[in-house]
Amino acid sequence: MTPWSRPVLSRPEWATALGVFALIGILVPLLHVMLPEGHALRPSTYAVTLVGKILCFATVAVAMDLIWGFAGILSLGHGLFFALGGYAWGMYLMRQIGRDGSYGAELPDFMVFLDWKQLPWYWQGSDQWWWAMLMVLLVPGLLALVFGWFAFRSRIKGVYLSIVTQALTYAAMLLFFRNETGFGGNNGFTDFKRIFGVSITSPGTRAALLAASALCLLLAFLLCRYLVRSKFGRVLEAIRDAEARVMFLGYDPLPYKLSAWVISALLCAIAGALYVPQVGIINPGEMSPANSIEIAVWVAVGGRGTLIGPIVGAFLVNLSKSWFTQAFPQLWLFFLGLLFVIVTLALPRGVVGLVMSWRERRRGAGGQT
Amino acid sequence: MSEFHGRMARPGEAQALRDDLQPGSGEGGSMSGGHLVVPGQIDVSHKVILYLEGVTVSFDGFKALNDLSLSIDNGEMRAIIGPNGAGKTTMMDVITGKTRPDAGKVFLGQTLDLTRMSEPEIARSGIGRKFQKPSVFEQASVLENLWLACEGEKGWLRSLRERIAPGQARRIDEVMETVGLTDSRDRMAGSLSHGQKQWLEIGMLLIQEPKLLLLDEPVAGLSDEETEKTAVLLRQLAGKHSVVVVEHDMHFVERLGCRVTVLHQGHVLAEGDLATVQADARVIEVYLGR
Repeated sequence: MTPWSRPVLSRPEWATALGVFALIGILVPLLHVMLPEGHALRPSTYAVTLVGKILCFATVAVAMDLIWGFAGILSLGHGLFFALGGYAWGMYLMRQIGRDGSYGAELPDFMVFLDWKQLPWYWQGSDQWWWAMLMVLLVPGLLALVFGWFAFRSRIKGVYLSIVTQALTYAAMLLFFRNETGFGGNNGFTDFKRIFGVSITSPGTRAALLAASALCLLLAFLLCRYLVRSKFGRVLEAIRDAEARVMFLGYDPLPYKLSAWVISALLCAIAGALYVPQVGIINPGEMSPANSIEIAVWVAVGGRGTLIGPIVGAFLVNLSKSWFTQAFPQLWLFFLGLLFVIVTLALPRGVVGLVMSWRERRRGAGGQT
Repeated sequence: MSEFHGRMARPGEAQALRDDLQPGSGEGGSMSGGHLVVPGQIDVSHKVILYLEGVTVSFDGFKALNDLSLSIDNGEMRAIIGPNGAGKTTMMDVITGKTRPDAGKVFLGQTLDLTRMSEPEIARSGIGRKFQKPSVFEQASVLENLWLACEGEKGWLRSLRERIAPGQARRIDEVMETVGLTDSRDRMAGSLSHGQKQWLEIGMLLIQEPKLLLLDEPVAGLSDEETEKTAVLLRQLAGKHSVVVVEHDMHFVERLGCRVTVLHQGHVLAEGDLATVQADARVIEVYLGR
């Protein structure tokens, strides 16, 4: 017996949403592989990459909603977990290049360039996909666990936590910019050739990566939905609304916040690992504070605390971004800032919240007649 | 220290400890020669449930509590009054572990030293506190609010699968009836009136069956009718629970008909029934002399 059922979407709306999702996650890759190049209905490589990328961003947005929308923790450093996941998988992709790099050496190109003779110790094992996958989870997961434990134990909250997370991702960015760190400096990793031994740019690989990103988003959404609909989610919301009261009821908020935080970071890391092979590059720019702020904008635009909203927000913002940066490249950041201001002032519950209140109003009007 | 290991044990361990102790270990059981400390039980063998002695708290040199001593009997209702800045809220903070005293003893029953327990531990040990401002979970329904407050597993892993148990459902219905919110069961707490929020919060405390209830100005901002209803509710509770009420409203204190302690500058100024206290020259001085 669960007491709560305040659905964001009605049944037919769920069916529609799932339909659209299946269209994107199954039909687009299928069409990309099955139809010959030049066919009118074949999604272009650009389109497939763009959609795959946005699906990864949407996963990040869902993860962000779990901690911001439900636990009230506004992280402005989630780009870091995303980038670390990307770097961990990027190491594997770099090793997959083998001797096909510009220098034809066993070492990745940037190490040859730096005149390194052997792999640093932390690159050991990165040629194994299972090891790389493990690192995708372990490194950001451990960082989130340690950081979260200290931050939440010291009861750092609200804007202070946001600032600390900004500083964290900024510091990591500076670290990764250094060549000596051993992750390719400001160029990062690029020029990938293969993944699991197959060409990374073939239509089949692109289609598979898109489908995997869609599946990842679906699973992340279902996981978060399960979490927030359980008592766990209700405690998280209670912590968000009145943390002192939660403690007086005998709950220790720390493990609740920390588990949500780590789960959120892990989802970001997985999304980052899926993102890198699709865009073909990972560099410290992904850790820039602005990137992390953008994640918050996706969630705010879509509607926080709804889980479906952030997905909508990620698509809306990123589609308009890819259009804007082509049409008016200089204006994008102004537009993004303006969007955030408008949403904060006029749409506190985001696009999904707007739709919900329209529906409530219509239902209210219908009830009176 | 051994007594505190019992309290700090994780719920599972505490349960195991309790199970171990059950056969044949009645009142007279012992642990390291002193009182037997059964987790979750307060030793009221000497009638006293809450005992403060010589408690001093200072903030930047200002003594919010100055050598405060106070003792509340088990099942007693006590009103604490005093002018602004008398230290009433600080006293509540000390009891609930939010503020650590610079000096002094704070004991729950005979055995639990509250100055050495964390806030959640104190809450679990049987002290329920109602804040001045109603703090309910506005985004949750009345039913959900009460469920979150229920006794039970408070760990995050277990919370993933937890549902309302039949026993909890009965208890929730009972408490909803007591505080008069049965009709508002599925309403969002945020949409309740101020008075209803106060009662919901009292309900959230009651559902945990606390030994000691701390109520910080429960009728501030309530209408006369709501104040009257609250007084009736609290009088019902006395006896089953020990209740400490901090209040400004003299009329309300009169309706409670209990012993009154007057605080002034962090110190107990007078104690007794309301009429006696009101006749006390020093109390009149403090209340009227400013």
